[in-house]
Amino acid sequence: MAIVFDGTRESYVEGLSEFLGSGQEDTPEWVADLRREAISGFGELGFPTLSDEEWRFTNLEALRRGSFSIAEDGISDVSMKTVNSYGFSGLDCLRLVFVNGRFASSLSDAGYTREGIVVKALSEAIREDGDLVKDYLAKYADYEKDAFISLNTSYFEDGVFVYVPDQTVFEKPVHVLHVSTDEGRPLFINPRNLIVIGQSSDAKVIEHYVSLSQSVYFSNVVTEVVCGENANLEHYRLEFESQKAFNFSTLRVNQQKNSNIASHSILYGGAIVRNNVHPVLAGEGCNSDIYGLFMSEGRQHMDNFMRVEHASPHCDSRQFYNGVLDGRSKGVFHGRILVHEGAEKTDAKQTNRNLLLSDTAQIDTKPQLEIYNDDVKCTHGATIGQMDEEALFYLCSRGISMKTAKIIMLRAFTNQTLEHMSIDSVREALENTVMKWFEQRLGNGDGR
Amino acid sequence: MLEVKNLHVRVDDKEILKGMNITVAPGEVHSIMGPNGSGKSTLAQVLAGKEAYEVTEGEVTFQGKDLLDLEPEERACEGIFLAFQYPVEIPGVANTYLLREALNAKREYREEKPLKHVEFGKLARDKMKALGIGEDLLKRSVNAGFSGGEKKRNEIFQMQILEPTLAVLDETDSGLDIDALKIVANGVNSMRDSGRSFIVITHYQRLLNYIVPDFVHVMVDGKIVKSGGKELAQELEEKGYADF
Ligand SMILES: Nc1ncnc2c1ncn2[C@@H]1O[C@H](COP(=O)(O)OP(=O)(O)OP(=O)(O)O)[C@@H](O)[C@H]1O
Ligand SMILES: [Mg+2]
Repeated sequence: MAIVFDGTRESYVEGLSEFLGSGQEDTPEWVADLRREAISGFGELGFPTLSDEEWRFTNLEALRRGSFSIAEDGISDVSMKTVNSYGFSGLDCLRLVFVNGRFASSLSDAGYTREGIVVKALSEAIREDGDLVKDYLAKYADYEKDAFISLNTSYFEDGVFVYVPDQTVFEKPVHVLHVSTDEGRPLFINPRNLIVIGQSSDAKVIEHYVSLSQSVYFSNVVTEVVCGENANLEHYRLEFESQKAFNFSTLRVNQQKNSNIASHSILYGGAIVRNNVHPVLAGEGCNSDIYGLFMSEGRQHMDNFMRVEHASPHCDSRQFYNGVLDGRSKGVFHGRILVHEGAEKTDAKQTNRNLLLSDTAQIDTKPQLEIYNDDVKCTHGATIGQMDEEALFYLCSRGISMKTAKIIMLRAFTNQTLEHMSIDSVREALENTVMKWFEQRLGNGDGR
Repeated sequence: MLEVKNLHVRVDDKEILKGMNITVAPGEVHSIMGPNGSGKSTLAQVLAGKEAYEVTEGEVTFQGKDLLDLEPEERACEGIFLAFQYPVEIPGVANTYLLREALNAKREYREEKPLKHVEFGKLARDKMKALGIGEDLLKRSVNAGFSGGEKKRNEIFQMQILEPTLAVLDETDSGLDIDALKIVANGVNSMRDSGRSFIVITHYQRLLNYIVPDFVHVMVDGKIVKSGGKELAQELEEKGYADF
């Protein structure tokens, strides 16, 4: 019997005991306790409303009215061939596949457990490496303050666990492919990923969300990252969910002294999408580079919520987000930079550029600086505009068709963020996807 | 080759060209001079197909075709090239990329095979040398952060690659130092032949010492008020436009 949530706060709160009783029997007690604690957090919070300052631009009424249920088993619907089609050509990586939130071992590479490195499904890690997981899981993503983190912490099923010990460079990018399928009713899927990088260690993780159908579902992702002293992480979130999905995700990063992260968020699918990126630069001398590209069309709604927290001196952060909006879609860029007392010599920069392809697309861009310190450098800038007519004319005057000229301009715009990706095959795959998207937008005409 | 008859053009309800006439035969170089705001750039942009300019009267034929009927890219493929007075900066689009796309668009229009990367590279390098353009300029974004002179040289470089039948140079000499001026002039002169024509818009007779025109026209308030040979430029240099 499937567990069904009718959209009310009570249904999510009350559903947990049933969830714990079905299929979760072999989870350790500390995890069950964590889930219970988290759901009481949700009980207090409920879904945010428009009167909540951080949700002013994103209406969750449809989510509150929707009925969703925990997935049964979609794994058998997914073939190896399908999974391979989401690969990145020529990339030597370690692939873990999850279907509707559950680990699909038959579609995944064998886990990696050598030289102290652990890459495996979180569910397995909880059973086999419990002490390790326990030190980090839910220690950073605050389930008492954020409703979606509470729900995820209560109902997460699986995701990736990456642990790289000190002084270790893990060369292979980890490709975490989350696939959703149509089980005939709207699903509630809670992927949970945990990435721990030790001192002076390196890793690359690609979170990739795809859907095999254009069905309605509610996916709610939480990824926690702990980046040790002097460690480097490059993280990708490639969101290609169904056009009808509700997709919420949080990337919560804790950065220790002199660590570097580069985060890339690509938002492409989803009906209502909210992507939270929340690095805390906890140690001195950290560097956070946060890149994002969102593309919306039709009635898609994409909300990018940044919270960059400078908690120590001498840290640099860069936010660089570009949006391309078509149709009647709506975008939000909410860029919050929080500089704590004592975080001297902070250098924080934020740029959000938006390109509107139609008269009916809309973007709300809002910088928010909260600075409790005098010795900081914070800059922000946002632009909203149409494609540059002068540049288009210049290209056409050289013999290039209007359609190609537009594609060239769009590519130049999207490359401003994509060019920062260090994994070439991922960047190239995205460039192709972006191109196809543009071509669809421009239709069959001559581009005028 | 080009025939402009009684051309009237307005932008934002303001008439700028007020009965413009000019006829250019194959192989000829025409120079248009005239005070600021007289409509020289407007004519150039209208020939290239800029949409914001509304043609209210008159006609333009180019090699027997109604030019006003064609989109800007079709005009370019038919052989028209405009060297912009203010070349547009396009960050994120490499100069080479624009050029290869442009050249291949033109070749496709003529039903020729696209040039391969190496072939294009060789072609570009040969032309660059002559214009004193460094390799790095090719890789950089189109005109982005180029100096004034670099932008103008880049326009001439594009012209050389695209080999137009009619090139309109809008103040390509402005902002060039004397050496660059000679380089640009040589670039133009090396392309002069019996089948190719130029319209050179300039404020300075200096350029015309290097690119010797067959005809000089004076444009005032949206039309040609006087035409003559190259000696007219000298006359204007001395007397200015006060007589018109
Ligand atoms: N888009 C526009 N909107 C309004 N007025 C315009 C526009 N474009 C041109 N004009 C006006 O048309 C007139 C002619 O401009 P144009 O640029 O053709 O002059 P020009 O002869 O090239 O001048 P210069 O020698 O300074 O380059 C000017 O008065 C200019 O202000
Ligand atoms: Mg002008």
